[in-house]
Amino acid sequence: MTATIERKPSKRRASAPRGPRESLVSRTMAMAVMGIASLYFLVPLWWLFVSATKTRSDFTTTAPLWFADFALFDNIGALFAYRDGVFLRWLGNSALYAGAGALIATLLAAMAGYAMAKYTFRGRELLFNIVLGGVLVPATALALPLFLLFSQIEATNTFWSVFLPSLVSPFGVYLSRIFAAASVPDELIEAARIDGAGEVRTFFTVGTRLMAPALVTIFLFQFVAIWNNFFLPLIMLRDEELFPVTLGLFVWNSQVSQIPDIRALVIVGALLSIIPLIIAFLSLQRFWQSGLANGGLK
Amino acid sequence: MSHKKAIAVFIVPFGVLFTVFYVVPIGYAIYQSLFVLERDGTFGAARQVFGGLSQYIAVFQNAAYWESIGRVLLFGVVQVPIMLGLALLLALLLDSPLVRGSKYFRLLFFAPYAVPSVIAAIMWGFLYSPNLSPFSAVTGSIDFLSASSVLWSIANVVTWVYVGYNMLIIYSALLAIPQEIYEAARLDGASQARIAWSIKIPLVVPALVLTGIFSIIGTLQLLAEPQVFQSFTSAVTSTFTPNLTIYSTASVPNISLAAAMSVVLAIATFILSFTVLKLTQRRTAS
Repeated sequence: MTATIERKPSKRRASAPRGPRESLVSRTMAMAVMGIASLYFLVPLWWLFVSATKTRSDFTTTAPLWFADFALFDNIGALFAYRDGVFLRWLGNSALYAGAGALIATLLAAMAGYAMAKYTFRGRELLFNIVLGGVLVPATALALPLFLLFSQIEATNTFWSVFLPSLVSPFGVYLSRIFAAASVPDELIEAARIDGAGEVRTFFTVGTRLMAPALVTIFLFQFVAIWNNFFLPLIMLRDEELFPVTLGLFVWNSQVSQIPDIRALVIVGALLSIIPLIIAFLSLQRFWQSGLANGGLK
Repeated sequence: MSHKKAIAVFIVPFGVLFTVFYVVPIGYAIYQSLFVLERDGTFGAARQVFGGLSQYIAVFQNAAYWESIGRVLLFGVVQVPIMLGLALLLALLLDSPLVRGSKYFRLLFFAPYAVPSVIAAIMWGFLYSPNLSPFSAVTGSIDFLSASSVLWSIANVVTWVYVGYNMLIIYSALLAIPQEIYEAARLDGASQARIAWSIKIPLVVPALVLTGIFSIIGTLQLLAEPQVFQSFTSAVTSTFTPNLTIYSTASVPNISLAAAMSVVLAIATFILSFTVLKLTQRRTAS
Protein backbone atom coordinates (compact mmCIF):
# COMPACT_ATOMS: atom_id res chain seq x y z
CA MET A 1 0.00 0.00 0.00
CA THR A 2 2.91 2.36 -0.43
CA ALA A 3 2.42 3.05 -4.09
CA THR A 4 1.17 6.54 -4.64
CA ILE A 5 -2.30 6.99 -5.96
CA GLU A 6 -1.95 8.69 -9.27
CA ARG A 7 -5.26 10.51 -9.34
CA LYS A 8 -4.97 14.20 -8.99
CA PRO A 9 -6.68 14.89 -5.68
CA SER A 10 -9.68 17.09 -6.29
CA LYS A 11 -10.24 20.08 -4.08
CA ARG A 12 -12.86 18.59 -1.86
CA ARG A 13 -10.95 15.41 -1.20
CA ALA A 14 -7.56 16.96 -0.67
CA SER A 15 -7.88 16.82 3.08
CA ALA A 16 -9.53 13.40 3.27
CA PRO A 17 -7.30 10.63 4.55
CA ARG A 18 -6.28 7.99 2.08
CA GLY A 19 -8.03 4.71 2.56
CA PRO A 20 -7.08 1.46 0.95
CA ARG A 21 -6.12 1.92 -2.67
CA GLU A 22 -8.99 1.23 -5.03
CA SER A 23 -8.31 -1.93 -6.95
CA LEU A 24 -7.64 -1.79 -10.66
CA VAL A 25 -10.63 -4.05 -11.24
CA SER A 26 -13.13 -1.76 -9.58
CA ARG A 27 -11.66 1.29 -11.28
CA THR A 28 -11.86 -0.39 -14.68
CA MET A 29 -15.41 -1.51 -14.05
CA ALA A 30 -16.44 1.98 -12.97
CA MET A 31 -14.93 3.53 -16.08
CA ALA A 32 -16.61 0.86 -18.24
CA VAL A 33 -20.00 1.81 -16.82
CA MET A 34 -19.22 5.47 -17.50
CA GLY A 35 -18.23 4.64 -21.06
CA ILE A 36 -21.39 2.66 -21.81
CA ALA A 37 -23.56 5.36 -20.25
CA SER A 38 -21.78 8.01 -22.33
CA LEU A 39 -22.56 6.09 -25.51
CA TYR A 40 -26.20 5.71 -24.52
CA PHE A 41 -26.62 9.44 -23.90
CA LEU A 42 -24.49 10.71 -26.77
CA VAL A 43 -25.19 8.45 -29.75
CA PRO A 44 -28.75 9.77 -30.38
CA LEU A 45 -27.47 13.36 -30.27
CA TRP A 46 -24.55 12.46 -32.52
CA TRP A 47 -26.95 10.83 -34.97
CA LEU A 48 -29.11 13.97 -34.96
CA PHE A 49 -26.11 16.17 -35.66
CA VAL A 50 -24.74 13.94 -38.42
CA SER A 51 -28.17 13.58 -40.03
CA ALA A 52 -28.68 17.34 -40.02
CA THR A 53 -25.53 17.76 -42.12
CA LYS A 54 -26.68 15.42 -44.91
CA THR A 55 -28.40 16.02 -48.20
CA ARG A 56 -31.80 14.46 -48.63
CA SER A 57 -30.51 11.57 -50.72
CA ASP A 58 -27.48 10.90 -48.50
CA PHE A 59 -29.77 10.66 -45.47
CA THR A 60 -31.17 7.30 -46.50
CA THR A 61 -28.25 5.93 -48.49
CA THR A 62 -25.12 6.63 -46.42
CA ALA A 63 -23.91 5.35 -43.05
CA PRO A 64 -26.24 6.91 -40.45
CA LEU A 65 -23.55 7.63 -37.88
CA TRP A 66 -20.96 9.21 -40.14
CA PHE A 67 -20.80 12.27 -42.39
CA ALA A 68 -21.40 12.31 -46.13
CA ASP A 69 -21.49 15.55 -48.16
CA PHE A 70 -21.60 18.34 -45.60
CA ALA A 71 -24.82 20.20 -46.32
CA LEU A 72 -25.63 21.54 -42.86
CA PHE A 73 -25.68 25.19 -43.93
CA ASP A 74 -27.75 24.46 -47.02
CA ASN A 75 -30.21 22.59 -44.81
CA ILE A 76 -30.38 25.45 -42.33
CA GLY A 77 -30.92 27.86 -45.22
CA ALA A 78 -33.74 25.68 -46.53
CA LEU A 79 -35.27 25.47 -43.05
CA PHE A 80 -35.22 29.24 -42.57
CA ALA A 81 -36.62 29.85 -46.03
CA TYR A 82 -39.46 27.32 -45.77
CA ARG A 83 -42.88 29.01 -45.64
CA ASP A 84 -41.48 32.53 -45.28
CA GLY A 85 -39.23 31.68 -42.36
CA VAL A 86 -41.92 30.42 -40.02
CA PHE A 87 -39.31 28.36 -38.14
CA LEU A 88 -37.36 31.50 -37.16
CA ARG A 89 -40.61 32.95 -35.94
CA TRP A 90 -41.13 29.84 -33.76
CA LEU A 91 -37.64 30.10 -32.32
CA GLY A 92 -38.30 33.74 -31.50
CA ASN A 93 -41.63 32.85 -29.90
CA SER A 94 -40.01 30.16 -27.75
CA ALA A 95 -37.29 32.59 -26.68
CA LEU A 96 -39.93 35.13 -25.69
CA TYR A 97 -42.25 32.67 -23.91
CA ALA A 98 -39.38 31.01 -22.06
CA GLY A 99 -36.96 33.93 -21.59
CA ALA A 100 -39.34 36.66 -20.48
CA GLY A 101 -41.63 34.15 -18.75
CA ALA A 102 -38.85 32.59 -16.69
CA LEU A 103 -37.41 36.01 -15.81
CA ILE A 104 -40.69 37.31 -14.42
CA ALA A 105 -41.52 33.97 -12.77
CA THR A 106 -38.15 34.00 -11.00
CA LEU A 107 -38.60 37.53 -9.72
CA LEU A 108 -42.12 36.86 -8.41
CA ALA A 109 -41.12 33.56 -6.80
CA ALA A 110 -38.05 35.13 -5.20
CA MET A 111 -40.07 37.95 -3.65
CA ALA A 112 -42.69 35.57 -2.26
CA GLY A 113 -40.12 33.07 -0.99
CA TYR A 114 -38.00 35.82 0.58
CA ALA A 115 -41.03 37.25 2.38
CA MET A 116 -41.98 33.81 3.72
CA ALA A 117 -38.44 33.25 4.97
CA LYS A 118 -37.72 36.65 6.47
CA TYR A 119 -41.03 37.90 7.89
CA THR A 120 -43.52 36.31 10.22
CA PHE A 121 -47.12 37.05 9.38
CA ARG A 122 -50.47 35.44 9.92
CA GLY A 123 -51.26 32.60 7.54
CA ARG A 124 -47.66 32.24 6.43
CA GLU A 125 -47.44 28.48 6.91
CA LEU A 126 -50.88 27.93 5.41
CA LEU A 127 -49.86 29.94 2.35
CA PHE A 128 -46.59 28.02 2.04
CA ASN A 129 -48.39 24.68 2.28
CA ILE A 130 -50.86 25.69 -0.43
CA VAL A 131 -47.95 26.67 -2.67
CA LEU A 132 -46.25 23.34 -1.88
CA GLY A 133 -49.45 21.60 -2.94
CA GLY A 134 -49.12 23.56 -6.17
CA VAL A 135 -45.73 21.91 -6.78
CA LEU A 136 -47.56 18.58 -6.96
CA VAL A 137 -50.15 19.82 -9.45
CA PRO A 138 -48.90 18.85 -12.88
CA ALA A 139 -48.97 21.49 -15.62
CA THR A 140 -50.94 19.18 -17.88
CA ALA A 141 -53.76 18.92 -15.34
CA LEU A 142 -54.12 22.71 -15.47
CA ALA A 143 -54.03 23.03 -19.24
CA LEU A 144 -57.60 21.93 -19.97
CA PRO A 145 -59.33 24.10 -17.33
CA LEU A 146 -57.11 27.01 -18.36
CA PHE A 147 -58.28 26.51 -21.93
CA LEU A 148 -61.92 26.56 -20.78
CA LEU A 149 -61.36 29.71 -18.74
CA PHE A 150 -59.58 31.49 -21.57
CA SER A 151 -62.36 30.52 -23.97
CA GLN A 152 -64.89 32.12 -21.62
CA ILE A 153 -63.18 35.46 -22.12
CA GLU A 154 -62.37 34.64 -25.78
CA ALA A 155 -58.64 34.87 -25.18
CA THR A 156 -57.51 31.49 -26.49
CA ASN A 157 -55.15 31.52 -29.45
CA THR A 158 -53.34 34.58 -28.11
CA PHE A 159 -49.77 35.13 -26.95
CA TRP A 160 -51.04 35.81 -23.44
CA SER A 161 -52.90 32.51 -23.12
CA VAL A 162 -49.57 30.68 -23.16
CA PHE A 163 -47.39 33.38 -21.61
CA LEU A 164 -49.34 34.35 -18.48
CA PRO A 165 -49.80 30.86 -16.94
CA SER A 166 -46.04 30.28 -17.20
CA LEU A 167 -45.28 33.17 -14.84
CA VAL A 168 -46.20 31.05 -11.81
CA SER A 169 -43.52 28.80 -10.33
CA PRO A 170 -44.51 27.21 -7.00
CA PHE A 171 -41.25 25.25 -7.00
CA GLY A 172 -39.44 28.57 -7.31
CA VAL A 173 -41.15 29.88 -4.18
CA TYR A 174 -40.20 26.72 -2.31
CA LEU A 175 -36.57 26.98 -3.39
CA SER A 176 -36.41 30.73 -2.66
CA ARG A 177 -37.76 30.30 0.82
CA ILE A 178 -35.26 27.61 1.73
CA PHE A 179 -32.41 29.50 0.15
CA ALA A 180 -33.31 32.89 1.64
CA ALA A 181 -33.59 31.35 5.10
CA ALA A 182 -30.14 29.78 4.74
CA SER A 183 -28.21 32.53 2.99
CA VAL A 184 -29.67 35.94 3.90
CA PRO A 185 -28.67 36.72 7.51
CA ASP A 186 -31.15 38.70 9.60
CA GLU A 187 -28.30 40.93 10.78
CA LEU A 188 -27.75 42.24 7.26
CA ILE A 189 -31.41 43.12 6.87
CA GLU A 190 -31.29 44.78 10.30
CA ALA A 191 -28.20 46.77 9.27
CA ALA A 192 -29.90 47.90 6.08
CA ARG A 193 -32.89 49.03 8.14
CA ILE A 194 -30.65 51.08 10.43
CA ASP A 195 -29.13 52.68 7.33
CA GLY A 196 -32.63 53.73 6.43
CA ALA A 197 -33.17 51.45 3.43
CA GLY A 198 -36.76 50.40 2.81
CA GLU A 199 -37.73 46.71 2.96
CA VAL A 200 -38.23 46.41 -0.78
CA ARG A 201 -34.97 48.15 -1.54
CA THR A 202 -33.16 45.86 0.90
CA PHE A 203 -34.52 42.87 -0.96
CA PHE A 204 -33.29 44.15 -4.30
CA THR A 205 -29.86 45.28 -3.12
CA VAL A 206 -28.97 42.71 -0.44
CA GLY A 207 -31.40 39.82 -0.79
CA THR A 208 -31.20 39.15 -4.51
CA ARG A 209 -27.42 39.28 -4.44
CA LEU A 210 -27.14 36.65 -1.71
CA MET A 211 -29.82 34.51 -3.33
CA ALA A 212 -28.18 34.63 -6.76
CA PRO A 213 -27.42 30.88 -7.12
CA ALA A 214 -31.01 30.00 -6.25
CA LEU A 215 -32.31 32.64 -8.66
CA VAL A 216 -30.23 31.26 -11.53
CA THR A 217 -31.44 27.75 -10.70
CA ILE A 218 -35.09 28.81 -10.63
CA PHE A 219 -34.67 30.77 -13.86
CA LEU A 220 -33.06 27.87 -15.71
CA PHE A 221 -35.52 25.22 -14.58
CA GLN A 222 -38.50 27.46 -15.28
CA PHE A 223 -36.96 28.29 -18.66
CA VAL A 224 -36.73 24.58 -19.48
CA ALA A 225 -40.26 23.94 -18.19
CA ILE A 226 -41.69 26.64 -20.48
CA TRP A 227 -39.47 25.77 -23.45
CA ASN A 228 -40.56 22.12 -23.15
CA ASN A 229 -44.20 22.82 -22.39
CA PHE A 230 -46.30 21.18 -25.02
CA PHE A 231 -49.85 20.54 -23.84
CA LEU A 232 -50.77 24.17 -23.09
CA PRO A 233 -49.72 25.57 -26.50
CA LEU A 234 -51.18 22.47 -28.17
CA ILE A 235 -54.67 23.15 -26.91
CA MET A 236 -54.51 26.98 -26.74
CA LEU A 237 -53.00 27.91 -30.10
CA ARG A 238 -54.43 27.55 -33.59
CA ASP A 239 -52.45 30.30 -35.29
CA GLU A 240 -49.10 28.99 -36.54
CA GLU A 241 -47.55 32.45 -36.05
CA LEU A 242 -47.85 32.02 -32.27
CA PHE A 243 -46.39 28.50 -32.01
CA PRO A 244 -43.35 27.76 -29.88
CA VAL A 245 -40.74 25.68 -31.65
CA THR A 246 -41.75 22.36 -30.02
CA LEU A 247 -45.35 22.64 -31.22
CA GLY A 248 -44.21 23.71 -34.68
CA LEU A 249 -41.90 20.74 -35.07
CA PHE A 250 -44.59 18.42 -33.73
CA VAL A 251 -47.02 19.64 -36.39
CA TRP A 252 -44.41 19.26 -39.14
CA ASN A 253 -43.50 15.79 -37.93
CA SER A 254 -47.11 14.68 -38.16
CA GLN A 255 -47.19 15.91 -41.78
CA VAL A 256 -44.21 13.82 -42.85
CA SER A 257 -46.37 11.12 -44.43
CA GLN A 258 -48.08 13.69 -46.69
CA ILE A 259 -45.02 15.87 -47.39
CA PRO A 260 -41.97 13.55 -47.24
CA ASP A 261 -39.55 16.41 -47.99
CA ILE A 262 -40.40 18.00 -44.66
CA ARG A 263 -38.55 15.23 -42.82
CA ALA A 264 -35.16 16.85 -43.45
CA LEU A 265 -36.48 20.12 -42.04
CA VAL A 266 -37.75 18.37 -38.91
CA ILE A 267 -34.28 16.93 -38.26
CA VAL A 268 -32.40 20.19 -38.76
CA GLY A 269 -35.06 22.04 -36.77
CA ALA A 270 -34.77 19.55 -33.91
CA LEU A 271 -31.02 20.10 -33.77
CA LEU A 272 -31.37 23.90 -33.76
CA SER A 273 -34.05 23.85 -31.06
CA ILE A 274 -31.75 22.03 -28.64
CA ILE A 275 -28.74 24.34 -28.98
CA PRO A 276 -30.08 27.35 -26.98
CA LEU A 277 -30.78 25.18 -23.93
CA ILE A 278 -27.38 23.50 -24.04
CA ILE A 279 -25.70 26.91 -24.24
CA ALA A 280 -27.79 28.24 -21.34
CA PHE A 281 -26.92 25.28 -19.12
CA LEU A 282 -23.22 25.31 -19.97
CA SER A 283 -22.71 29.03 -19.52
CA LEU A 284 -24.59 29.18 -16.22
CA GLN A 285 -23.52 25.84 -14.74
CA ARG A 286 -21.38 27.31 -11.97
CA PHE A 287 -24.41 29.07 -10.53
CA TRP A 288 -27.21 26.58 -10.93
CA GLN A 289 -25.19 23.62 -9.70
CA SER A 290 -24.38 25.32 -6.42
CA GLY A 291 -28.01 26.47 -6.22
CA LEU A 292 -29.17 22.86 -6.55
CA ALA A 293 -26.66 21.59 -4.03
CA ASN A 294 -27.41 24.16 -1.36
CA GLY A 295 -31.05 24.84 -1.70
CA GLY A 296 -33.24 22.22 -3.22
CA LEU A 297 -32.77 19.24 -1.04
CA LYS A 298 -33.64 19.94 2.52
CA MET B 1 -42.33 47.01 14.05
CA SER B 2 -44.66 45.79 11.40
CA HIS B 3 -43.75 45.47 7.75
CA LYS B 4 -47.24 44.80 6.48
CA LYS B 5 -46.86 46.94 3.39
CA ALA B 6 -43.56 45.37 2.38
CA ILE B 7 -44.93 41.86 2.90
CA ALA B 8 -47.89 42.71 0.69
CA VAL B 9 -45.60 44.04 -2.03
CA PHE B 10 -43.62 40.78 -1.94
CA ILE B 11 -46.50 38.32 -1.71
CA VAL B 12 -49.38 39.85 -3.66
CA PRO B 13 -48.01 39.61 -7.25
CA PHE B 14 -47.24 35.90 -6.90
CA GLY B 15 -50.39 35.31 -4.85
CA VAL B 16 -52.66 36.85 -7.47
CA LEU B 17 -51.13 34.90 -10.36
CA PHE B 18 -51.10 31.68 -8.33
CA THR B 19 -54.78 32.15 -7.55
CA VAL B 20 -55.74 32.98 -11.14
CA PHE B 21 -53.67 30.28 -12.87
CA TYR B 22 -53.63 27.48 -10.26
CA VAL B 23 -56.48 27.75 -7.78
CA VAL B 24 -59.19 29.06 -10.12
CA PRO B 25 -58.56 26.49 -12.91
CA ILE B 26 -58.70 23.64 -10.40
CA GLY B 27 -61.95 25.00 -9.00
CA TYR B 28 -63.29 25.52 -12.51
CA ALA B 29 -62.43 21.93 -13.53
CA ILE B 30 -64.35 20.63 -10.52
CA TYR B 31 -67.28 22.92 -11.33
CA GLN B 32 -67.31 21.84 -14.99
CA SER B 33 -67.22 18.19 -14.01
CA LEU B 34 -70.62 18.55 -12.32
CA PHE B 35 -72.43 19.18 -15.62
CA VAL B 36 -73.64 16.85 -18.33
CA LEU B 37 -74.40 17.40 -21.99
CA GLU B 38 -78.02 16.80 -22.87
CA ARG B 39 -79.48 16.62 -26.35
CA ASP B 40 -83.02 16.88 -27.60
CA GLY B 41 -83.15 13.74 -29.69
CA THR B 42 -80.16 12.42 -31.57
CA PHE B 43 -79.40 15.53 -33.61
CA GLY B 44 -80.73 18.24 -31.33
CA ALA B 45 -78.61 21.06 -29.99
CA ALA B 46 -76.54 20.09 -26.96
CA ARG B 47 -76.92 22.03 -23.77
CA GLN B 48 -75.23 21.75 -20.43
CA VAL B 49 -77.33 20.82 -17.44
CA PHE B 50 -76.33 20.20 -13.86
CA GLY B 51 -75.69 16.52 -13.38
CA GLY B 52 -74.22 16.20 -9.92
CA LEU B 53 -71.71 13.40 -9.75
CA SER B 54 -73.01 11.60 -12.82
CA GLN B 55 -69.86 12.44 -14.83
CA TYR B 56 -67.79 10.67 -12.20
CA ILE B 57 -69.97 7.59 -12.58
CA ALA B 58 -69.32 7.86 -16.32
CA VAL B 59 -65.58 8.09 -15.65
CA PHE B 60 -65.67 4.96 -13.53
CA GLN B 61 -67.57 3.13 -16.25
CA ASN B 62 -65.18 4.26 -18.96
CA ALA B 63 -63.08 1.18 -19.68
CA ALA B 64 -60.64 2.93 -22.03
CA TYR B 65 -59.77 5.46 -19.36
CA TRP B 66 -58.99 2.81 -16.76
CA GLU B 67 -57.02 0.83 -19.28
CA SER B 68 -54.91 3.91 -19.93
CA ILE B 69 -54.35 4.41 -16.19
CA GLY B 70 -53.37 0.75 -15.87
CA ARG B 71 -50.96 1.19 -18.77
CA VAL B 72 -49.13 4.15 -17.22
CA LEU B 73 -49.06 2.44 -13.81
CA LEU B 74 -47.39 -0.59 -15.40
CA PHE B 75 -45.06 1.82 -17.18
CA GLY B 76 -44.22 3.57 -13.91
CA VAL B 77 -43.65 0.38 -11.92
CA VAL B 78 -41.00 -0.67 -14.44
CA GLN B 79 -39.55 2.61 -15.72
CA VAL B 80 -39.26 4.65 -12.51
CA PRO B 81 -37.13 2.11 -10.58
CA ILE B 82 -34.90 1.54 -13.62
CA MET B 83 -34.42 5.26 -14.17
CA LEU B 84 -33.80 6.10 -10.51
CA GLY B 85 -31.55 3.05 -10.06
CA LEU B 86 -29.47 4.15 -13.01
CA ALA B 87 -29.40 7.74 -11.75
CA LEU B 88 -28.30 6.56 -8.31
CA LEU B 89 -25.59 4.29 -9.74
CA LEU B 90 -24.17 7.06 -11.92
CA ALA B 91 -24.32 9.61 -9.10
CA LEU B 92 -22.48 7.22 -6.74
CA LEU B 93 -19.83 6.51 -9.36
CA LEU B 94 -19.34 10.23 -10.04
CA ASP B 95 -18.95 10.80 -6.32
CA SER B 96 -16.50 7.94 -5.82
CA PRO B 97 -12.74 8.23 -6.30
CA LEU B 98 -12.98 5.41 -8.86
CA VAL B 99 -13.88 7.71 -11.72
CA ARG B 100 -11.75 10.31 -13.40
CA GLY B 101 -13.14 13.30 -15.28
CA SER B 102 -16.40 13.22 -13.36
CA LYS B 103 -17.07 16.87 -14.24
CA TYR B 104 -17.30 16.02 -17.94
CA PHE B 105 -19.34 12.87 -17.43
CA ARG B 106 -21.75 14.84 -15.27
CA LEU B 107 -22.47 17.39 -17.98
CA LEU B 108 -22.57 14.73 -20.66
CA PHE B 109 -25.18 12.63 -18.80
CA PHE B 110 -27.21 15.75 -18.11
CA ALA B 111 -27.24 16.92 -21.74
CA PRO B 112 -30.41 15.00 -22.77
CA TYR B 113 -32.37 17.02 -20.20
CA ALA B 114 -31.89 20.01 -22.52
CA VAL B 115 -33.81 18.12 -25.21
CA PRO B 116 -37.56 18.85 -25.03
CA SER B 117 -39.72 15.72 -24.74
CA VAL B 118 -41.30 16.38 -28.12
CA ILE B 119 -37.91 16.63 -29.81
CA ALA B 120 -36.55 13.57 -27.96
CA ALA B 121 -39.59 11.56 -29.06
CA ILE B 122 -39.20 12.69 -32.69
CA MET B 123 -35.51 11.77 -32.59
CA TRP B 124 -36.04 8.34 -31.06
CA GLY B 125 -38.95 7.78 -33.42
CA PHE B 126 -36.46 8.00 -36.28
CA LEU B 127 -33.97 5.80 -34.41
CA TYR B 128 -36.65 3.12 -33.95
CA SER B 129 -37.87 3.21 -37.56
CA PRO B 130 -36.61 0.11 -39.35
CA ASN B 131 -35.62 1.86 -42.57
CA LEU B 132 -34.02 4.99 -41.08
CA SER B 133 -32.37 3.72 -37.94
CA PRO B 134 -28.59 3.59 -37.59
CA PHE B 135 -29.17 0.34 -35.73
CA SER B 136 -30.88 -1.44 -38.61
CA ALA B 137 -29.45 -4.77 -37.44
CA VAL B 138 -31.49 -4.39 -34.24
CA THR B 139 -34.57 -2.66 -35.63
CA GLY B 140 -34.71 -5.24 -38.42
CA SER B 141 -35.29 -8.08 -35.97
CA ILE B 142 -37.19 -6.27 -33.19
CA ASP B 143 -40.11 -4.00 -34.02
CA PHE B 144 -39.84 -1.23 -31.45
CA LEU B 145 -43.02 0.37 -32.71
CA SER B 146 -45.34 -2.64 -32.47
CA ALA B 147 -48.30 -2.67 -30.11
CA SER B 148 -46.53 -4.96 -27.65
CA SER B 149 -43.28 -3.02 -27.43
CA VAL B 150 -44.10 0.65 -28.04
CA LEU B 151 -44.81 1.29 -24.36
CA TRP B 152 -41.26 0.22 -23.51
CA SER B 153 -39.84 2.16 -26.42
CA ILE B 154 -41.47 5.25 -24.92
CA ALA B 155 -40.07 4.23 -21.51
CA ASN B 156 -36.61 4.32 -23.04
CA VAL B 157 -37.18 7.87 -24.36
CA VAL B 158 -38.31 9.07 -20.93
CA THR B 159 -35.37 7.32 -19.27
CA TRP B 160 -32.92 8.83 -21.75
CA VAL B 161 -34.17 12.37 -21.08
CA TYR B 162 -34.49 12.22 -17.29
CA VAL B 163 -31.71 9.98 -15.92
CA GLY B 164 -29.23 12.86 -15.95
CA TYR B 165 -31.61 15.26 -14.25
CA ASN B 166 -32.33 12.80 -11.44
CA MET B 167 -28.66 11.90 -11.23
CA LEU B 168 -27.79 15.53 -10.68
CA ILE B 169 -30.27 15.93 -7.82
CA ILE B 170 -28.92 12.80 -6.12
CA TYR B 171 -25.34 13.88 -6.80
CA SER B 172 -26.01 17.29 -5.23
CA ALA B 173 -27.25 15.51 -2.12
CA LEU B 174 -24.07 13.39 -2.06
CA LEU B 175 -21.92 16.53 -2.28
CA ALA B 176 -23.68 17.93 0.77
CA ILE B 177 -22.50 14.99 2.94
CA PRO B 178 -19.49 16.07 5.02
CA GLN B 179 -16.35 14.13 4.10
CA GLU B 180 -15.49 13.35 7.74
CA ILE B 181 -18.32 10.82 7.86
CA TYR B 182 -16.32 8.48 5.62
CA GLU B 183 -13.09 8.67 7.59
CA ALA B 184 -13.77 5.90 10.09
CA ALA B 185 -15.05 3.60 7.37
CA ARG B 186 -11.94 4.19 5.29
CA LEU B 187 -9.64 3.53 8.22
CA ASP B 188 -11.50 0.27 8.78
CA GLY B 189 -10.70 -0.62 5.18
CA ALA B 190 -14.25 -0.44 3.83
CA SER B 191 -14.47 -0.59 0.04
CA GLN B 192 -16.10 2.13 -2.02
CA ALA B 193 -19.04 -0.18 -2.70
CA ARG B 194 -19.45 -0.79 1.01
CA ILE B 195 -19.28 2.94 1.82
CA ALA B 196 -21.85 3.63 -0.90
CA TRP B 197 -24.23 0.96 0.36
CA SER B 198 -23.98 1.56 4.10
CA ILE B 199 -23.36 5.30 4.34
CA LYS B 200 -24.15 7.18 1.16
CA ILE B 201 -27.41 5.57 0.04
CA PRO B 202 -29.16 5.94 3.42
CA LEU B 203 -28.15 9.61 3.47
CA VAL B 204 -29.56 10.38 0.03
CA VAL B 205 -32.94 8.75 0.64
CA PRO B 206 -34.66 12.19 0.86
CA ALA B 207 -33.32 13.08 -2.60
CA LEU B 208 -34.53 9.70 -3.91
CA VAL B 209 -37.98 10.34 -2.47
CA LEU B 210 -38.10 13.75 -4.15
CA THR B 211 -37.05 12.38 -7.53
CA GLY B 212 -39.42 9.44 -7.05
CA ILE B 213 -42.41 11.69 -6.48
CA PHE B 214 -41.60 13.89 -9.48
CA SER B 215 -41.23 10.73 -11.57
CA ILE B 216 -44.63 9.40 -10.47
CA ILE B 217 -46.25 12.71 -11.39
CA GLY B 218 -44.47 12.66 -14.74
CA THR B 219 -45.52 9.09 -15.46
CA LEU B 220 -49.22 9.64 -14.84
CA GLN B 221 -49.07 12.78 -16.98
CA LEU B 222 -47.40 11.16 -20.03
CA LEU B 223 -48.51 13.01 -23.11
CA ALA B 224 -45.92 14.47 -25.46
CA GLU B 225 -44.01 11.25 -26.20
CA PRO B 226 -47.03 9.04 -27.03
CA GLN B 227 -48.60 11.93 -28.97
CA VAL B 228 -45.48 12.18 -31.14
CA PHE B 229 -45.29 8.41 -31.57
CA GLN B 230 -48.75 8.44 -33.13
CA SER B 231 -47.09 9.72 -36.30
CA PHE B 232 -44.60 6.82 -36.32
CA THR B 233 -46.94 3.94 -35.46
CA SER B 234 -50.62 3.17 -35.29
CA ALA B 235 -50.00 1.17 -32.10
CA VAL B 236 -50.43 4.35 -30.02
CA THR B 237 -54.17 4.91 -29.84
CA SER B 238 -55.98 8.09 -28.86
CA THR B 239 -56.62 6.53 -25.44
CA PHE B 240 -53.08 5.28 -24.85
CA THR B 241 -52.40 7.35 -21.72
CA PRO B 242 -54.85 9.15 -19.38
CA ASN B 243 -53.85 12.57 -20.71
CA LEU B 244 -54.36 11.45 -24.31
CA THR B 245 -57.78 10.10 -23.30
CA ILE B 246 -58.64 13.44 -21.70
CA TYR B 247 -57.39 15.33 -24.74
CA SER B 248 -59.41 13.24 -27.18
CA THR B 249 -62.49 13.39 -24.92
CA ALA B 250 -62.20 17.17 -24.76
CA SER B 251 -61.94 17.45 -28.53
CA VAL B 252 -65.08 15.31 -29.13
CA PRO B 253 -66.11 17.65 -27.45
CA ASN B 254 -67.27 16.40 -24.09
CA ILE B 255 -65.69 19.00 -21.86
CA SER B 256 -67.48 17.94 -18.70
CA LEU B 257 -66.42 14.32 -18.95
CA ALA B 258 -62.85 15.43 -19.74
CA ALA B 259 -62.93 17.73 -16.70
CA ALA B 260 -64.11 14.86 -14.49
CA MET B 261 -61.30 12.69 -15.88
CA SER B 262 -58.77 15.46 -15.13
CA VAL B 263 -60.01 15.71 -11.56
CA VAL B 264 -59.79 11.93 -11.06
CA LEU B 265 -56.28 11.90 -12.54
CA ALA B 266 -55.13 14.80 -10.36
CA ILE B 267 -56.51 13.09 -7.23
CA ALA B 268 -54.87 9.80 -8.21
CA THR B 269 -51.54 11.57 -8.75
CA PHE B 270 -51.82 13.31 -5.43
CA ILE B 271 -52.73 10.14 -3.51
CA LEU B 272 -49.87 8.21 -5.10
CA SER B 273 -47.22 10.90 -4.43
CA PHE B 274 -48.50 11.39 -0.92
CA THR B 275 -48.41 7.64 -0.21
CA VAL B 276 -44.83 7.38 -1.42
CA LEU B 277 -43.88 10.32 0.77
CA LYS B 278 -45.51 8.83 3.87
CA LEU B 279 -44.20 5.29 3.30
CA THR B 280 -40.61 6.43 2.85
CA GLN B 281 -40.83 8.83 5.77
CA ARG B 282 -41.91 6.01 8.06
CA ARG B 283 -39.12 3.79 6.85
CA THR B 284 -36.39 6.38 7.37
CA ALA B 285 -37.78 7.31 10.78
CA SER B 286 -37.61 3.76 12.12
